[in-house]
Order: sequence, then C-alpha cells, then structure tokens
Amino acid sequence: MIEPLKRPRRKNPLLRTRLPTSPPRARSRASHGFTLAAAEGRFMLQRCGACGTFAYPARDACPSCLSADLAFVDASRKGTLLSETTMRIPADVHFRERAPWRAGLVALECGPTMVAHLHADCQEGQPVTMSLQLDKSGQAIAFAHPERETPNMTDDKQWREMTADPKFRRVLVTNGRSAVGQEMVSALKAAGASIVFVGLAEPWKPFHGEEALRALEGVQIVPLDVGDEKSCTDLAADIGGKVDILVNTSEHIRAGGLLDRRGTSTVRDEIDQSYLGFVHLAQAFGPAMRFRGADGVNSAAAWVNILSVYALANWPAFGAYSASQAACLSMSHCLRAELRPSGVKVVNVFTGPLDTEWFQTVPPPKVAPRAVASAVVSALKRGLEDVFVGDVAEDIRQRLAANPKALERELGG
Amino acid sequence: MSNTLLDFAAAIGSGAVRVVDLTFTLSPDFPVIVLPPEFGQAAPVRIQQISRYDDAGPAWYWNNLTFGEHTGTHFDAPIHWYTGKDLPNNSVDTLPVRDMIAPACVIDCSAQAAQDPDFLLTIPIVEAWEKQHGRIPERNWVLLRTDWSKRGWRDYANLKDDGAHTPGPDVAVMRWLVKERGVIGFGTETIGTDAGQAGHLDPPYPAHHFLHGGGRYGLQCLCNLDQLPPTGAVIVAAPLKIEHGSGSPLRVLALVPNS
Repeated sequence: MIEPLKRPRRKNPLLRTRLPTSPPRARSRASHGFTLAAAEGRFMLQRCGACGTFAYPARDACPSCLSADLAFVDASRKGTLLSETTMRIPADVHFRERAPWRAGLVALECGPTMVAHLHADCQEGQPVTMSLQLDKSGQAIAFAHPERETPNMTDDKQWREMTADPKFRRVLVTNGRSAVGQEMVSALKAAGASIVFVGLAEPWKPFHGEEALRALEGVQIVPLDVGDEKSCTDLAADIGGKVDILVNTSEHIRAGGLLDRRGTSTVRDEIDQSYLGFVHLAQAFGPAMRFRGADGVNSAAAWVNILSVYALANWPAFGAYSASQAACLSMSHCLRAELRPSGVKVVNVFTGPLDTEWFQTVPPPKVAPRAVASAVVSALKRGLEDVFVGDVAEDIRQRLAANPKALERELGG
Repeated sequence: MSNTLLDFAAAIGSGAVRVVDLTFTLSPDFPVIVLPPEFGQAAPVRIQQISRYDDAGPAWYWNNLTFGEHTGTHFDAPIHWYTGKDLPNNSVDTLPVRDMIAPACVIDCSAQAAQDPDFLLTIPIVEAWEKQHGRIPERNWVLLRTDWSKRGWRDYANLKDDGAHTPGPDVAVMRWLVKERGVIGFGTETIGTDAGQAGHLDPPYPAHHFLHGGGRYGLQCLCNLDQLPPTGAVIVAAPLKIEHGSGSPLRVLALVPNS
C-alpha cells in the first residue's frame, strides 16, 4: 500500500540543493539491446535463433546451444517474484541516499531469472509484470510491477525515480500559440502538473484559443520568443530554477525544398525557430535543470522535443523543414549526453504530419494535436526516451530500419 | 555660412534648439509588419551577444545584429515599392544626402485617431491645417501625429481577424501631397506609412504607391511627435548606407527651436 505523494512544500532556502548522482553506468555492448527496448517502452530479451532459448543477462552466445544468433525480440512481460531484498545501507552513493531500496529476482515466464528493481506493492511469490526502464544514468534496468493496479501505484518512490511524471512538477510549454501547445497545456494540467508556464512570442499578435488559455487555472503565460536568445535567458532568469519539465512545442512548418524556393529567408526562419530556438532554450534552461536533477519530489526530470519523423529521413515536399528537424534531432542527442549525469531525461516524440493548417493539403492519416499531447504525457509517465506517434511516424521508422535507400527513393516521389 | 553653423551648434549647446528623438529603441519585442504567412517575412530584430567581458572577450562587450530593412523606426526608399523601382538614386545608398535633412509639418490627428483606429487623413483636413499654419512648403516632411506610439504593443499593432486597424492617409491626400505640395516624404507613428486597412484602397497602399512612385520617402514607427510644433522643426533622417537597400532602421532626430 503506497502513501499518496504529497505536494512538495516550498524549498528551505537555507539548505543546500542536493546534487544529482548516477547509479552504475557501465554496460556491455550486447546489453544495450535493453537500452533500445527501454527507450521505447518495449520488453525485449535475447532469444536464440537456433534453439529458441531466451537468455538473460545479455551475452554473445546462447547458454543452451552456444549459437551466436541471439537477437533481441519482444518477450512476455509475465513473471513471478522469487525473492525480495531490501538494501538498507548500500555502498553505492546513489542508492545509499535513496535507501531503503528494494530489488529482487523474478522468474520470467519465458525462462530466465532476472534481477529487477521492485515496485513497493510487489510481494514474494506473487505474479509480477515486467518492464525495462531507463534509470537515472540513462541505462536500462528491469522493473517489476504488481500484476494488477494498486492504489496510488504511480506514486511509488522507486517507480518515480524511473519516470518523469508531471504530477506535482512545474512544466514550461514553450509555445502556447499552436494547437499542439494548447493541447499540451491541458494534458499536463490533467496529469497533475502543479503549474504550467506557457511561452508566448510576440504577445501583440492575437491567436486562436487565447481566452481559453488565459482562463486556465495553474497556467501562467510568460513572454518567450525561442528565436531570440535574450528572450530565453530573460525567462530563465525568472523561472529557470522552477522548470522541472520543459516541453518544446515551438514549430515552424513550411512546405518546400531547395530549387523551388527563391532565396534563403524561409530556410533561415526555419532554422531560427527550430534549431536555434532549441539551442537558445537549452543554453538558457539546461544548466539549471542539470543542477536540479535530484531536487526532491519536484526535481528537474525531463526535456521533451516534439520532432517531425522526417528528421530521420528527408521528405523533399517539406525538405527544408525536414533538415531543420534533423538538426534538432542531432542536437537532442548532444543535450541528452550533457544532461545524463543529472538524470534529466531527453524525450524525443516523433510525429508524422499534424492535422494542422500547415499540412492542409497532405492526405490523411494525420496526427491530431491532442494525440501528440497524450503521447508526451504518457512518455513522461512511463519514462520513455523515443516515442513515435501515429501511423506515419511508425511506418517511416520501420521502413528506415528495413531499407534506408528504399525509403529515400520513396519519399523523393 | 560657417558662422551660421557655429551659431546653430551653439544653439544646441545652449538649449535654444532642442533635439527631440523620434526613434523607438531597436529591440526584439517591437512589433514588425506582418504579411500573410505565404509571403516572405521581415526578419525580426535579433541581438546575439559576442562577448561581455567574459571568456569570449575579456575586456569588451559587443553584439551581432540581424534585422530586416523595415524593422523598428525605419526609412522607406523609393525602390521599396514597384512604382519607384526604375527611378534614379532610388535606394538608401544612392539617395541624395541633402534629402536627409528637411523641415517638417506636423498634422495633429490624435483626437480623430483616438475615436477611430481606421481614421484616414484627407485633403480637407490638410487644407484646414494649412489655413491655420500656412501652405505646406515644398520638400517638407509631412508627419501624421496620431499618438499611436503611446499605445501598448497589442493596441499598437491592433491586429484583428481582418487585418490591422491603424490610421493613415487616404488615396487623394497622398496623390495631392506628392503632386501639389511636393513633400519630401510622409511620416507616421504606426507600423507603416499606410493605414492598416490600406490594402483595400484604390490603389492599394497609396502612401507607398504615390510617395515612392514620385521618388519620395517614408518614415514610420516614429514617436514623440507630440513634442514637435506644427511647423518649424527640422528632421534629420539618415538611413544606413546599405547596398541597394530598400530602407533601413535609423535614428530620427528633430531639431526644434525652443521658444
């Protein structure tokens, strides 16, 4: 039985802010199969292609027949908790300050026995449901959940360490002018965010949904023009220490590639709003978030980028836009590495064309802004790192994995 | 001649001639003209710090700037509009420097603009002004005072779902000011020399159409026009010497006798 999480009190300004520490980071190359699965919320294990045996921990040869054909495949999440251990005074600094910490051995239905972090409601001898999670070091661990939902389940202390749940956290949504931004604000409030700061560039321009946005309780509209370096640093000077989750909803979508455009001003706008906007935000808000990675219940927890799936493969109909998104994707990996020591996650949410004005002539399926917002909140609650929203995004990902050259030709028309 | 100039310098020094700044601070948050999104847009003002006595430059502070030619308080050259595209010396780098200093007639329409954001300046209004202050001399600026510059940014841009609603001149008065009065240019406090709804006039954007077609200039986003007398002020408006430039942000100064 888990006590419901309490709304954190204001910080005692006389106390030092605890610095983030990392759980052990070292992993073998083979075990990064778990990292890939955890990033997307899948549960995967190695299975021998020759004899079908599931293997754990990750290794280079099948423990049963010594075959090297050990690919990661989706596996059953079901298991039984064999034994539970509570570590009261761990030697590791990270776990020591989080003790007591529970871990256990889980007999997986598919064969192997797995070492897992335990949800507080998991009991010895009882069935559990498994997931792979990224811990505060960004590396994959196994996590055992009770088989059925229990009261206040998501408030579990160990589970919250694996996620970036918006509950009681303070979120900055960088652009409240767009449909995605406005849906994002509603979804985050519904998920229990204590306050949502909403950036508004060029406040002298009216926009659709403004009255509703201003009327929302627990929402604070702040001046923020991501294309302007000073605007970002000015806002960070005011609220940088209070942003636990940053959701970058800035967008600048224009059709067109290279040869049918005259001049570079549109390309520049795309780069300014998307890529430079990201850089400005990261330089303004990143340092404080990195510092606050272990700052209590409402520690800094996540940075969310909403990216076009065409960041992965250029779609010439929106070629320059695709390129600006690719730049953001590349930089997101840099940010992820730089934030990793703090435990702050960088979540990339990839979408296909949105059901918004700038994709008016693109045929369906298109992604509803509300679906993007739901996917972001879900990713935060589940602790994911890479999310593909909608059929187009999923399709592009699969085609890219299957044959990048074929995808290039197909997108080129 | 030199004595006159030295007297002038002394008058500035003594305060007998007041220097009034008609310029808004060039900043990223100042509203810029908004075109339909499918057109190219004026780049907003961006100020990127190079260094500020820090590791990027320990003893010095400086910035890189980017902005469109038509941002902030700015000057429109004849080449800005299609009607002036073939005129000689029609860009900011070639226009005659003597045109950069000229007297101004200030027509106060602040009362009308306060009543009606779509207020249009007309010939009868200017004729009424002339009855009081005399005929507008040739090669003078005509500055339209509306007190629009005193508004908050949202009311200043005053964008509605059918476009901007800001005051400006009507078609007849623009043609008349250029052809019958030979003005050197026309200046406003609003984002353009034309009214917000001027796209619906015939011809559209008459200030741009007639001023630039006649080789004359525009000044917009002016402030402090309420500190100028109806006549007698001299405007110093020297745009940046941008190669083939269609306009430029600039410092606009008014020299006003202190009576």
